[in-house]
Amino acid sequence: MSEPLTLFDKLWAAHEIVRRDDGEALLWVDRHYVHEGSFNAFSQLKARGARVAEPGLTFGVADHYVPTRGSRRVIGNPEIARMVRTLEENTAAHGITLFGLTDPRQGIVHVVGPEQGLTLPGLLIVCGDSHTSTHGALGAYAFGIGASEVAHVLMTHTLWQRKPKRMRITVNGYLAPGIAAKDIVLAIIAHIGADGATGHAIEFAGAAIRALSVEGRLTLCNMSIEAGARSGMIAPDETTFDYVKGRPYAPKGTAFEDALEAWSALATDDAANFDREVELNAADIAPIVTWGTSPQDALPIDASVPDPAGEPDAARAKYLREALDYMGLMPGTKLTNIAVNRIFIGSCTNARIEDLRAAAAVLAGRVSKVPGLVSPGSSAVKRQAEEEGLDRIFRDAGLEWGESGCSMCVGINGDVVPPGERCASTTNRNFRGRQGPGARTHLMSPAMVAAAAVTGTLADVRPLLRGRKV
Amino acid sequence: MDKFIRLTATACPLDVANLNTDQLLPARFLKVPRSAGLGTALLHDLRFDADGRERPDFPLNRPAWRDAKIVVGGRNFGCGSSREAAVYALWDYGIRCVIAPSFGDIFAGNAVQNGLLTAIVSDDEAATLISLLGEKPGRAVSVDLERQTIQCGDQSFRLAIDPVGRTRLLNGWDNIALTESYMDDTAAFKLADRARRPWATPAGPE
Repeated sequence: MSEPLTLFDKLWAAHEIVRRDDGEALLWVDRHYVHEGSFNAFSQLKARGARVAEPGLTFGVADHYVPTRGSRRVIGNPEIARMVRTLEENTAAHGITLFGLTDPRQGIVHVVGPEQGLTLPGLLIVCGDSHTSTHGALGAYAFGIGASEVAHVLMTHTLWQRKPKRMRITVNGYLAPGIAAKDIVLAIIAHIGADGATGHAIEFAGAAIRALSVEGRLTLCNMSIEAGARSGMIAPDETTFDYVKGRPYAPKGTAFEDALEAWSALATDDAANFDREVELNAADIAPIVTWGTSPQDALPIDASVPDPAGEPDAARAKYLREALDYMGLMPGTKLTNIAVNRIFIGSCTNARIEDLRAAAAVLAGRVSKVPGLVSPGSSAVKRQAEEEGLDRIFRDAGLEWGESGCSMCVGINGDVVPPGERCASTTNRNFRGRQGPGARTHLMSPAMVAAAAVTGTLADVRPLLRGRKV
Repeated sequence: MDKFIRLTATACPLDVANLNTDQLLPARFLKVPRSAGLGTALLHDLRFDADGRERPDFPLNRPAWRDAKIVVGGRNFGCGSSREAAVYALWDYGIRCVIAPSFGDIFAGNAVQNGLLTAIVSDDEAATLISLLGEKPGRAVSVDLERQTIQCGDQSFRLAIDPVGRTRLLNGWDNIALTESYMDDTAAFKLADRARRPWATPAGPE
């Protein structure tokens, strides 16, 4: 009898080229995604006079810097134009396929990879972006890397890693109506903390996870990094296989049949051990919003922001005071009494078609009390949303229907929340200044952002869904 | 890559939990090429107000700590975005060592690649260090990576670090040369893997 293994053990073993005595292993990389921000790595390559080892396994996407409002034909800001052009030059020079600004396949790298069938079960995927954990939703081992590691992968298509510990997060039971994958992941982060999974690879399991669509699973794995884990993953199943089948770069015909056989073995064995196990009940999860400056500062919508005066731990009290001060909130304020200045629906976390449908279901026939931007996760998502008439719903509600890119999640392209303004956002980080200097971010699901738009405050979406088809 | 063996230098306390890489280097500075230097952008929005004036109460702006080469931080230092430029900003400012109870995994990896030591101490030890530094601003701390010790006044602490990262820092090793010595293993792996997992090669596009 061979030793029972976890999904992660199997993925790791399939990519290990050598393991040194000190525990460090050289891993084979199946897919490497690059974006405008990878320019530092290309510079390192140039300085060494090196070539890209596997251009056929490397794919470029223009997402971090691209404009997401107005025309994209001419980029007004010369620095941003230079960043987009540099990616075009670097990928062309090395024979790398690029989904550039005008390509119909353009979008956010973590939306495009799965959408194009480049992200598959069983693969090892890296990208110079911490939200690369997203791709684990299809049963891949995917993690974010820094510029030096990007350069290493470009030159060798391998990477040195020490095997992380194994953590399983099981969500039992089923979600109540109006609760989304974003609520699950915010509940998990609030429970284990922003460094709760540091040094671990997470496997998400349980009935509530199995019941999620691939879009929901992508949202969940996307935010693994906000709990400290470089990777999060879900064993592939029929839902995954149905999603992958027929995508442009996915295996075809008999190759697909062979792949299915291999992918079906990608599950944790019954008696396998994890270094750490966490369990949650889906039925306990309510719509969640963040109130502070870390994704762990998350509470159910019927709660009130904390009061440092009631906090016995001095360090924690200081943390609460500073977070409330930055967020401009009085201790003890009811979350539903917090007025927002604008909303943002977008990002690699929550801008897939299902996310846009969830927001549109709330916004249909209603008007947003605040301005806001909807930036679809990819150009393909944008086209599909327009075919379904979702763009009309957003526009009729008074929201701006934009283009695809990282946009107001990170604000690099100039789309920022003005200083002091409060934004209800479907993104992944409520860090100080993340959406622009002085911006105040509240994270929540797309439906909850739509509820904030309609009411002008943080709000429970569930009453707004009554009598509506979701 | 520069070696890190030991260092005695002024240490600045930054008593902030979850000090993420968006704080260490705000996104708008990511366009700046490395050659231009990122030291002035380090912790920009905490060091400077909206008009670009220094916030006098921010530790790194205080005369005693301006020239610090060591930072003592809170839990989960460097969490968040994978931007290696956050490490460049620390390095370009002059920081060579960060001491904290825990680090973001990607940040810690990026630090090793650039010769920056991330030294782990317990929560209590970090709190003690921060309070010792606060009592006597400008105080020097000695970090010895070979012996894995931190000395502050008459108090001494044990530092933890991934052993592979430690070896690389002590020797100033670069990974690429090491990987190239495994080229034959990689070629053999690739050949066998293509046969074992033919579906792993992109099929398309249609």
